[in-house]
Amino acid sequence: MFDLDRWNEIFITISRNKVRSILTAFGVFWGIFMLVALLGGGNGLERSISKNFSELATNSCFLWSGRTSEAYKGFRKGRRWQINTHDIDVIKATVKGLDEISSMLMPWSAATDNVVRGEKKGTFSAQGNYANYDKIDKSTMMFGRYLNDMDIQEHRKVCMIGSRVYEVLFNRGEDPIGKDIRVDGVYYKVIGVGEGGDNMSFNGDKREMIIIPFTTMQKLYNVGDRVDAFFAMAKSGVAVSEVQEQIETILKTNHSIAPNDKQAINSFNLEEIFKQIGYLFLGVNVLAWIVGFGTLFAGIIGVSNIMMVTVRERTQEIGIRRALGAKPSTIMTQIMSESFTITAIAGFLGISFGVLVLQMFDLAISDDGGATSVFQISFFTAIAAALIIIILGTLAGLGPAFRAMKIKPIEALSEE
Amino acid sequence: MSTIIKLKNINKTYYNGAPLHVLKGIDLEINRGELVSIMGASGSGKSTLLNILGILDNYDTGEYHLNNELIKNLSETQAAHFRNKLIGFIFQSFNLISFKNAMENVALPLYYQKVSRKARNKIALEYLDKLGLKEWAHHMPNELSGGQKQRVAIARALISKPQIILADEPTGALDSKTSAEVLEVLKKVNATGMTMIIVTHESGVANMTNKIIRLKDGIIEKIEDNSEHNISAFGIQNIK
Repeated sequence: MFDLDRWNEIFITISRNKVRSILTAFGVFWGIFMLVALLGGGNGLERSISKNFSELATNSCFLWSGRTSEAYKGFRKGRRWQINTHDIDVIKATVKGLDEISSMLMPWSAATDNVVRGEKKGTFSAQGNYANYDKIDKSTMMFGRYLNDMDIQEHRKVCMIGSRVYEVLFNRGEDPIGKDIRVDGVYYKVIGVGEGGDNMSFNGDKREMIIIPFTTMQKLYNVGDRVDAFFAMAKSGVAVSEVQEQIETILKTNHSIAPNDKQAINSFNLEEIFKQIGYLFLGVNVLAWIVGFGTLFAGIIGVSNIMMVTVRERTQEIGIRRALGAKPSTIMTQIMSESFTITAIAGFLGISFGVLVLQMFDLAISDDGGATSVFQISFFTAIAAALIIIILGTLAGLGPAFRAMKIKPIEALSEE
Repeated sequence: MSTIIKLKNINKTYYNGAPLHVLKGIDLEINRGELVSIMGASGSGKSTLLNILGILDNYDTGEYHLNNELIKNLSETQAAHFRNKLIGFIFQSFNLISFKNAMENVALPLYYQKVSRKARNKIALEYLDKLGLKEWAHHMPNELSGGQKQRVAIARALISKPQIILADEPTGALDSKTSAEVLEVLKKVNATGMTMIIVTHESGVANMTNKIIRLKDGIIEKIEDNSEHNISAFGIQNIK
């Protein structure tokens, strides 16, 4: 129940020793601020990194051929080998748990200004993809659409360009759909423009990429049945590593690669990477809690210590109160309320200041000046921090309150 | 007259180092409305006796009846309840709480009786008025003279309408003129029917009481009836 007198006394007690109260409260303030700042910072890093992967299907792996590291079946060590469309067909037909597979062609070009539109030109990479690649590495479209199955089947001379390519070849705001551009000497119709952004992608920056139907590129670049790399996506509930293992076995069998050859096939398992990132940020979070909680705990010890001193200083006052009829529980509640108040005020100011600093940091790093809430704690973390303050504030007062409760009026009054 | 305090073979020993038998079989009866002084040399046990009477300290053996209640083996909470309801304390060094004004100090016992702030402040002002301190109600203790502080302490002792007032050297920190004024107030309070026990080493103060209990080495050496002398010494007027 609200007791105005008690709160009045708490205020008087705290304000009687302003400097001491402020310094004591600062320990708690700093502790909770550190906790909030570290957790918010950890969250921010995690979200920033996760955002880079946000357009990638995390249940997928990316594979490309390398050099063998073991001699096998009469083939020398260090042999170059090449994935082909036959491998992809076998994989599609036999691998259990495979949801999607998307082959890619990434021809190397040394030419400069290989992409031209009228007077405008630039140097960009072309990549041959299937339509289902968009399921694995989603593109956000500024104009038009991504490749579709008809483009693949009919070997259409169409392309999807990245935002940087659009900026170089087109005027600002110009509709690029249906316009022709020349890539490595061949004209293609633009069917879409992808945003790209800072997100992670393979084979270079998506903003500077020109995506052509896989089948079109196969013919026009005369690459035969060559496949430079492919993405494989596992079905829901199937581990990517299971799918990858089956794929690697097929490739090794098809190309006479030693089963124990670890270097012949290059791969990038997104599920594993995500797991490792998850562990890394779990570690960061645990560290943030340990450091933040440790700092906060030091602050709480400070509060408890000062409350002990306060009780010692107020022994006579407590004795007078006891002589006048104050029950031990009343004295205990009084001391605990004081400790709780200092901790709560400092703690909630610390949380608020932490959130404010994170918000300012968020505003500072955002591109458009609006807060992104990347570097911020969650509502539940804030609730947890508040609960910690309440619990620790109560605990901080417990020792001094017990000590105050044990003061005998006769002993206290004899201290005159 | 009915008995308000009855002590039967009270013994108290302190064990800080060598055992010190401070009270040795004290038997005492004090009637309702009496004004009693306890005198004795330093170490005679008078403060210990007052502390036991005020339920500030426990006794080892014997029996203590206050207002027909046996005061023995009380918990701290029970002791606090009895002190609040039955006893008013007046101390030599006033023992006012420094960060509370006169009115708040006086009202403090009622706070522990859960009387509302408004009601207890009103009652406190009434008591301060009776003691001539109404205009000082909002002054802090450090703004009051010694006599004023002791009158505030008396008001605080009276506010919960206790059965007895225990005063430990109430004039010990005051000059002679102020002492006389404070004693005058105490006499007026006693004249209302309030039982009052004063511990003092000043014979002048003891002579103003009805009964003088002389302690020596933890034993009641003598109880002197002083009523006639006392009445002639004061022109008693009832306190309002």
